[in-house]
Amino acid sequence: MSKTESKKRTPFVHIVKRDPASLTWYHKLLVRGVAIVAALLVCGVLITLLTGKNPIEVYGSMIDGVFGSSRRVWNMLQGVAMLLCVSLAVTPAFKMKFWNIGAEGQVLISGLACVATMMFLGDKMPLWLLLTVMTVVSILSGMIWALLPAVFKAYWNTNETLFTLMMNYVATQLVAYFLKVFVKDGSGVLSPMDQYGLPVIGGQAYLLNIILVALITVVVYIYLKYSKQGYEISVVGESENTARYIGINVKKVIIRTMLVSGAICGIAGLLLVGGTNHTISTTTVGGRGFTAIMVSWLAKFNPLYMILTSALVIFLEKGAQQVSTDFRISSSISDIVTGIILLFIIGCEFFLQYRVVIRKNRKENA
Amino acid sequence: MEKPIALACRGITKTFGRVVANRNCDLTVYKGEILAILGENGSGKTTLMNMVAGIYFPDAGQIFVNGEEAVIASPKDAFAYKIGMIHQHFKLVDVFTACENIALGVEDEGRFRLSDVRKKVIEITQRYGFIIDPDKRVADMSVSEKQTVEILKVLYRGADILILDEPTAVLTPQETEKLFAVLRRMREDGKSIIIITHKMHEVLSISDRVAVLRRGENAGTVNTADTNAADLTEMMMGQKVELNIERSEPKNPTERLKVSNLSAVNEEGRPVLTDISFTAYSGEILGIAGIAGSGQRELLEAIAGLQSVQEGSIEYQDPKTGKLEDLRDKNPIQIRDLGVRLSFVPEDRLGMGLVGNMDIVDNMMLRSYQKGQGFFLHRKEPRDLAQTIIEDLQVVTPGASTPVRQLSGGNVQKVLVGREIAAAPTVLMAAYPVRGLDVNASYTIYNLLNRQKENGVAVIFVGEDLDVLMELCDRILVVNAGRVTGTVDGRTAKKDEIGLLMTKSHENVAGEGEQ
Repeated sequence: MSKTESKKRTPFVHIVKRDPASLTWYHKLLVRGVAIVAALLVCGVLITLLTGKNPIEVYGSMIDGVFGSSRRVWNMLQGVAMLLCVSLAVTPAFKMKFWNIGAEGQVLISGLACVATMMFLGDKMPLWLLLTVMTVVSILSGMIWALLPAVFKAYWNTNETLFTLMMNYVATQLVAYFLKVFVKDGSGVLSPMDQYGLPVIGGQAYLLNIILVALITVVVYIYLKYSKQGYEISVVGESENTARYIGINVKKVIIRTMLVSGAICGIAGLLLVGGTNHTISTTTVGGRGFTAIMVSWLAKFNPLYMILTSALVIFLEKGAQQVSTDFRISSSISDIVTGIILLFIIGCEFFLQYRVVIRKNRKENA
Repeated sequence: MEKPIALACRGITKTFGRVVANRNCDLTVYKGEILAILGENGSGKTTLMNMVAGIYFPDAGQIFVNGEEAVIASPKDAFAYKIGMIHQHFKLVDVFTACENIALGVEDEGRFRLSDVRKKVIEITQRYGFIIDPDKRVADMSVSEKQTVEILKVLYRGADILILDEPTAVLTPQETEKLFAVLRRMREDGKSIIIITHKMHEVLSISDRVAVLRRGENAGTVNTADTNAADLTEMMMGQKVELNIERSEPKNPTERLKVSNLSAVNEEGRPVLTDISFTAYSGEILGIAGIAGSGQRELLEAIAGLQSVQEGSIEYQDPKTGKLEDLRDKNPIQIRDLGVRLSFVPEDRLGMGLVGNMDIVDNMMLRSYQKGQGFFLHRKEPRDLAQTIIEDLQVVTPGASTPVRQLSGGNVQKVLVGREIAAAPTVLMAAYPVRGLDVNASYTIYNLLNRQKENGVAVIFVGEDLDVLMELCDRILVVNAGRVTGTVDGRTAKKDEIGLLMTKSHENVAGEGEQ
């Protein structure tokens, strides 16, 4: 390497970690706001280039798709509630650094248990008893689906990510099998058993779900922050060695936490099947088990922030659907828009933690 | 005698977030000299050297090599300028031999022949008097051999400026002497050597000049011959510091903890503790000396109930009732439930003793969160305790709700030791409690341990600095390869004697794979 040319070889950009205390809340808000505006601009350009539509109209249709009518608002709230419920379910496990990506299966299997209860016991007992049995059975099956990987992790240190992922497929196939065998007409589509659904309150089909999920949010928040068990979860998640040092039984905490996680998944399954759909298909959960992971992470595992992050995800999803119908453009365009906006929102976290320094004149730099 | 300048740093500044590691730092190294860089922890020694070695890039300032400005953006650039750094943590491939490790990553012209590498390595070893088998696998090497390989790696690439980051931290006194002999020979050969250390006596015995860093700035460079430990400390601290540890006579010592014939194996089934017996008395500090990884950690963890034990017993004598309790095969909670007040300051502060992402209050509850009835945590007591510790031990922190990860090393340790002492222990075990701490913080910790001793606590102190062990401890237990090789009196022991015990192999051990 020649030494004469080396003088100018200061790296053009380098990245410097920020001091976490140096950012005030309005800075953070500003960075995130800029990210959203930038995302909307980029999407706008893209929409114009690819489809020739006016981006402002597209955004207008997005908002219309979410807030346009009271039915749409209820739909949105229901969407937020269900996604939030699954996100709350994965959060205790994630806080423990147990990468439970099996919420999809845990919700689905409890939905299956719920639907089976409705189908086989529906006409054999009074409604109040049926609803109780549905609740118990749903929660128990969610717990069992979560317990298996937890036990294997605790005692044989198996990889929970793979294990929970595989359990998803088992659940999906069980549902497919169930529909094949027990749907008499052979269509594989089970018609809704509306007569056995959870009670409708206030004349709104989704109100019960929304209230219950709001309640669970508060409970999970308190559980994680103020209970001894929540404290143990944090310690195990941060450092198993510390947990050992203070005599926490790590196996027990892993299993207990996954049971909690599975139980909330069970409630999600109950609400989806018993509360809303009154039937089941292999796509009843619709990827919420995976989206929930993102919601939980984006909120940094804080249940209260999760209300915001799940609302954001649902807003994008519902808005994008509306855009596809209004403009008769392929739904892939709306997926692209959703993807870009999320990328910007997640990407701006980088700028909250690091500063990018661009090469300057040496004198200025000093 | 004016020698040519090999390396010069001018106005180097480097910040990490809010932390200023180096501010406008100057440093000059001449050809053929050994320069010691002395400074408290966090004074920016390693950061400065990392910039010279191309690991970090300075925010501002210039580096000159042989009088020419150099831009060092990567370790590769550093090697192009013949600068090599030997880091504290070795970066070697375990399954490769010394030669293979040395050849790794060198891009020579022409065909690669390991035999050529070997020849060159042997030539270097003979020139400087290294003792190493070039065909030995790194996995079979002792720590000092691994270090030798790291130094050879740097020399092999033709480095003329060598930077050693705390090279003696892992060595016995005898090994340190050998290393110093090699360094002196390199100096005669015209190489420039920069040695980062915080052991004062080593600075005085090896270096030609000493550069003292304080808070990221060069607080002055002096000729070693013209200075002494007290002056250097004053430069380091910016104020006069009393460097004496008070050692009182143990007051009516009684048996508190008796370990007999303790043996344990690690997860791979290899023995880590073999037939260990000793007694710790109340009102005394029992030191444990040994090369790093000789079983000190396992021994303390076995007592604390974290390491399973194959044989032997751990008997605790209750100071009030005189009742004997066997602590073997009990977990920390069972031990506590027996009424044994055993406090333990583990080596890995943020990985075991504390949770880095939790604030001081939540860390205070680690050992006591289960106290109290009910499902919910009680944060009042830990909050008060956090306040008390912050005030009493002068913990520098924005507040009790700051995550401990954001505190400096010394303050982290004050939080941990403070919590363990607040439990009013009868046995206090501390593993390397001053590792990485600056002089002031270290003495705070020594004083805290001494106060516990005066209160009749049986203190067990695992240390690495023999000078400190000999000043602080009443008795010193020396371990090697999981065995006790001797016990000496802290007041009369000689350093050589301890050094020999640290490497003494047991007569009955016929080749454990370690030497």
